[in-house]
Amino acid sequence: MRRYAADVAVLARKDLMLELRARDTLPAMLLFVISALVVFHFALPSHSSDLAAKGLLWVAIVFTALVGLTRAFVAEREQRLIDGLLLAPCDRSAIWLAKAISVLAFLGAAEVVALPAYAAFFSGIGWSTVAAVALADIGIVAVGTLLAAVAAVSRTRELILPLLFLPLAIPVVIGGVGASVVGSPGRYLGFLCLYDAVFAIISWASFEYVVTE
Amino acid sequence: MTTVLLGGAVALIFFYAPVDQDGLNQKIFYFHVPIALTSYACFGWGALKAFQHLWKRTPGADLESYVAIHQGVIFGAMTLVTGSIWAKVRWGVWWVWGDEQLVLFLVLFLFYCAYFMLRFSVDPGPQRANLCAVYALFGVVLIPISFLAIRLANSYIHPTVFTSNGPQMATSQLATFCVAWAAMLSLAYFLYRFELAGKRLDADLKELRELLA
Repeated sequence: MRRYAADVAVLARKDLMLELRARDTLPAMLLFVISALVVFHFALPSHSSDLAAKGLLWVAIVFTALVGLTRAFVAEREQRLIDGLLLAPCDRSAIWLAKAISVLAFLGAAEVVALPAYAAFFSGIGWSTVAAVALADIGIVAVGTLLAAVAAVSRTRELILPLLFLPLAIPVVIGGVGASVVGSPGRYLGFLCLYDAVFAIISWASFEYVVTE
Repeated sequence: MTTVLLGGAVALIFFYAPVDQDGLNQKIFYFHVPIALTSYACFGWGALKAFQHLWKRTPGADLESYVAIHQGVIFGAMTLVTGSIWAKVRWGVWWVWGDEQLVLFLVLFLFYCAYFMLRFSVDPGPQRANLCAVYALFGVVLIPISFLAIRLANSYIHPTVFTSNGPQMATSQLATFCVAWAAMLSLAYFLYRFELAGKRLDADLKELRELLA
C-alpha cells in the first residue's frame, strides 16, 4: 500500500515536472477557458437570465477539461514513454492514478482562474457551485484519463476523445448544473459523489486492459 | 419460430388487445416498449461478453460483444423512431425532453455510436478487443447512472405503466405485450446469430486466403 502510494507520487511528480519545463498544457487551458467565457458573453443576448450563464459555465468546464485530457498522453505516445512505464515494476493502475492526479491539478489550476473570471464577467457563484465543481472535477478526470489512454491507441486520437467522453460527461453536467441552479443542492451533490465513486472504481480497475494486450 | 411469434404478436396487437383512452396510437406501445427492452438486453449481453473477454479471455467473446452491441444500436434507433412517433401523436411534438426513456436512449445511442467510431479507428488485434470491452463495460454502468441523472433533471411525464404495484394493464393487454416482447427478443436473437455467422464466415475465409497465399 505504501509502495503503491510512493509509485503514484513519483509518476505524478514526473507529469508535473514535465509540465513545469514544457509549459504547454496549463497555459492552453487557461487561455481556452477565458476565451470560452468571452464567447459565451456574446452568445447570450442581453437580459438573459443568470441561470443560462450558469449552464454555460459547465460547458466551459467540460471543454476545458477536454483540452487538458487531449494533451494527457502526448508524451507517452510520441516519445514511446508508455513502453518504459509498462516495463517498470509497478501496478499499472498507478499510472492511471498518477495521470489523473496531474490532470486534476491542471484542471483545478485553470478553475482557480476561471471561477473568479466567471464571477466578474457574469454573476457571483455560491458555495454549492464551488463544491459541485470540485466533485465534478474528480469524475471528469477519472473517466477522462482512462478515455485519453484509449484514444491514444486509436488512429484518430484527438478526434475521437470528445466523442468517447461527452456521452459519459452528460450526467456530470446534469449534476453540476442542478447543484448550481437549485436552492437545495444536496441531491445533486450526492449524485456527483456517486458518479465519482462508480467511475473512479471501474476506471481504476480497467486501466490495465487498456494499455496491455 | 421468430416469424410465428412476430406474426402472432402483430395479430394480437391489432385484433385482440383492446383500444384504451389513447386510441389507436396506444398500439405503438406494443412495439416501442418491447424494442426498448430488447435493446437493453442486447447492451447487457454485449457487456457480459465483454466482461468474459476481459476476465477469462474467452475466444470469440469480443466478436460476440460487438455483434450484440450492433443489434442493440439498431433496436435503439428503432426505439428513438417509435418513441418520436408516439410523442408526435400524443403530445404533438417530435421530441420531448421531459420523456426520460427517450432522452436516455439518445444518450446511449450517442455513447454506442462512439463505440463504433472507436472500434473502426483501432487496428484489429488483442488491444482493440480490450479497448472495446472496457468501453462496453462503461456503457452498462452508464445506463443506470444516466437514468438517475435524467430523472434528477426532469419532471416526470412519461406514462407509468409498470409501477411497484405490478403492471396496470388488462390481462389481454399484458398477454399481448408479453408476446410482442418475446417476438422482439427472438427477432434480436435471430439477427444476432445471423450476423455472427456472417462475421465468423468472413474471418474463416480470410484465414483460408492467408493460408493459400
